[in-house]
Amino acid sequence: MILIKNGTVIDPDSNVEGEFDLLIDGAGIADLGRPGSFASATVQRDIDATGKWIVPGLIDMHVHLREPGFEWKETIQSGSEAAILGGFTTILCMPNTRPVNDNAEITRFILEKAQGAKAARVLPIGAVTVNLQGKQMAPLSELRKAGCAAFSDDGEPVYDSGIMRRALEWASMLDVPICCHEEDKSLSCGGSMNESALSSRLGLKGMHKVAEEVMIARDIELARTTGAAIHICHISSGRGVELVRRAKNDGIKVTCEVTPHHLVLTEEAVRNFDTNAKMSPPLREVEESAALLAGLKDGTIDCIASDHAPHESDSKDVEFAKASFGILGLQTSLPLILEFAAKGEISRRRAVEALSSAAARILRIEGGNLRKGARADLAIIDPSWKWTFDRDCNRSLSLNSPFLGRQLCGIADAVLVNGRVVVEGRKLEQSPK
Amino acid sequence: MRQHLLGIEYLKKSELENYLSNAEAFVEVSQRELKKVPALRGKTVINLFLEPSTRTRASFEIAAKRLSADTVNMTGSESSVTKGETLIDTARTLQAMAPDVIVVRHKESGVPNLLVNHISRASIINAGDGLHEHPTQALLDCLTLKQHFAAQDRPLEGLKVAIVGDIRHSRVARSNIWAHKLLGNEVRLIAPPTLMPPYAGGAGAFEGGVQIFHSLAEGLEGADVVMVLRMQLERQSEHFVPTIEEYIAEYGINEHILRRYAPGAVVLHPGPINRGVELSSEVADGPRALIGNQVTNGVAVRMAVLFALATGESAISEQESA
Repeated sequence: MILIKNGTVIDPDSNVEGEFDLLIDGAGIADLGRPGSFASATVQRDIDATGKWIVPGLIDMHVHLREPGFEWKETIQSGSEAAILGGFTTILCMPNTRPVNDNAEITRFILEKAQGAKAARVLPIGAVTVNLQGKQMAPLSELRKAGCAAFSDDGEPVYDSGIMRRALEWASMLDVPICCHEEDKSLSCGGSMNESALSSRLGLKGMHKVAEEVMIARDIELARTTGAAIHICHISSGRGVELVRRAKNDGIKVTCEVTPHHLVLTEEAVRNFDTNAKMSPPLREVEESAALLAGLKDGTIDCIASDHAPHESDSKDVEFAKASFGILGLQTSLPLILEFAAKGEISRRRAVEALSSAAARILRIEGGNLRKGARADLAIIDPSWKWTFDRDCNRSLSLNSPFLGRQLCGIADAVLVNGRVVVEGRKLEQSPK
Repeated sequence: MRQHLLGIEYLKKSELENYLSNAEAFVEVSQRELKKVPALRGKTVINLFLEPSTRTRASFEIAAKRLSADTVNMTGSESSVTKGETLIDTARTLQAMAPDVIVVRHKESGVPNLLVNHISRASIINAGDGLHEHPTQALLDCLTLKQHFAAQDRPLEGLKVAIVGDIRHSRVARSNIWAHKLLGNEVRLIAPPTLMPPYAGGAGAFEGGVQIFHSLAEGLEGADVVMVLRMQLERQSEHFVPTIEEYIAEYGINEHILRRYAPGAVVLHPGPINRGVELSSEVADGPRALIGNQVTNGVAVRMAVLFALATGESAISEQESA
């Protein structure tokens, strides 16, 4: 048995927040009690969590692991290690690999690799359409049975409204949401940053937020019609948040996520053509990030997802318009969100909810709580640990982050998966391979 | 610390004025029988033109040669870029040959800014990057106007400058907007909404001081300068204008409309002209057009910029222009 003592338990899902000790037996949480209540228990290991938070293992429902097909950018091994160092015990990986995860073979391959990685759990997201081409539905039932936890054509919208409708109907039967990359590329096509005064000044083609908003509006109406659940990926526009807010009021099954970078940064980050701040959807004006934060506060935005998108430097150290879209996220998500908690913008409880239990609720997967009997996936967070994200602590195979060199506060000090200590003292435990 | 010319956006008014007054001194060199001064003897200038260009490249090459610099031209079609080399590798290779100045033209915005981050030992001159800036074009336009209005005892200040056409896709327009704002001229942008840079007006892209017009007549009213931009006919496929005829009818500059709304205006065009599209031949070949002066001044302006950056001196002495 493992005893985690003297820490502050924050478990939004069970409405628990306070000083508790946690007893772990094997793979599960045996009990939760007032400090000292397990003094007589026979423990093999005790972990002192003085000054730290004990939270359900974080869940990131939007990650690109690049394997199979782009193993020089990231592998399931490196990505799941970066995840666990970031406090994530479960991550969901998008299907835009090569080949695309549009059949059970690939799903099983990912699950097998992830199991061998012995780091964060990896749940695959299956493609909505074959090869992400938007022309023909992927075998959704087969993907679901093989272990996919959701469907998405992330990187591409499902243009054809008829196919989207049928896919929603089929997915609702399987009880999983479709995660929507909302972008009408006829409106954003060829753009490389937010369309704004700054894009006009820099002479870069813009991607107007209306490209996102029209697709959010369409998918909300399709969800209304079909009764299926949609999840809006990486929302970046205040108007988009408003559309989701109204849809929720109407009782439509819509949830949505925001990335830490869309909350923390604005398009100012690309003023000097920094390709490490180039992503899709692009960073927008400060009014938009303020609206996103408001949405996160009031619950319109359900959760944080990093959209971790590793790219080697060769695809970033090029002309801005030619550079790949996307940035790293797994190791910086937690501290960036904790910045908002430290400033009092959101409560620590809301921060933990958005980083953990919300995704479990959206996907109806195990995890996201510390109830007695629950699987022992948890993180011990040191909220006051000051550090700098740099090449040395980065675990991803890529280094494309606008947060390199940024002073951060807060880190996952220890992480347990299935009752096994995988991270301790902010480092990966040496596990026999 | 090496100096660069990445855009007019990054200049102070005094720097802009220095370039213009130095350029005036270099105009005379091109009028001599022997059009050469030794100012940059022993200096190396590389013209890295990764986007097709005839006039700007020729202008830079002539400018460098008249200053006695050694020049090397590299173009997109013959360079290693076509063999798959990245821009940064190309730049590093060039830097290893110890040039003093690299003049770069590229179809993507921000390329000169990118090069500055990877090249420490050469000055970078932006000869046009994507839709971003074309600073030497704005300098030569300003020099042309300065000369023209000086002859009427008018300063290059307080003028009404109307820029007409495809402003959205024009680096020439962007550089000129910054230049005329710095000089204290009134800047008017005339284009249909589809060809206007998004958020150009108000406190937007150019931080104020720019008026937006969709009506040619209103925008031209009383203008001292009409800067006509090239209508890129290939944009037709991207649906920026319903038909080219409609563009001509609404925004084409001809003598009739100038006489009516801006009778005293002079006309500039960065070339090459689509005659009969954005500009009628009557205007292009008529007395109000300063297009020939623009080309002549291009050499002088580029001499001034090359000189300033290669020597690190902001003003030229009698001796150096002698």
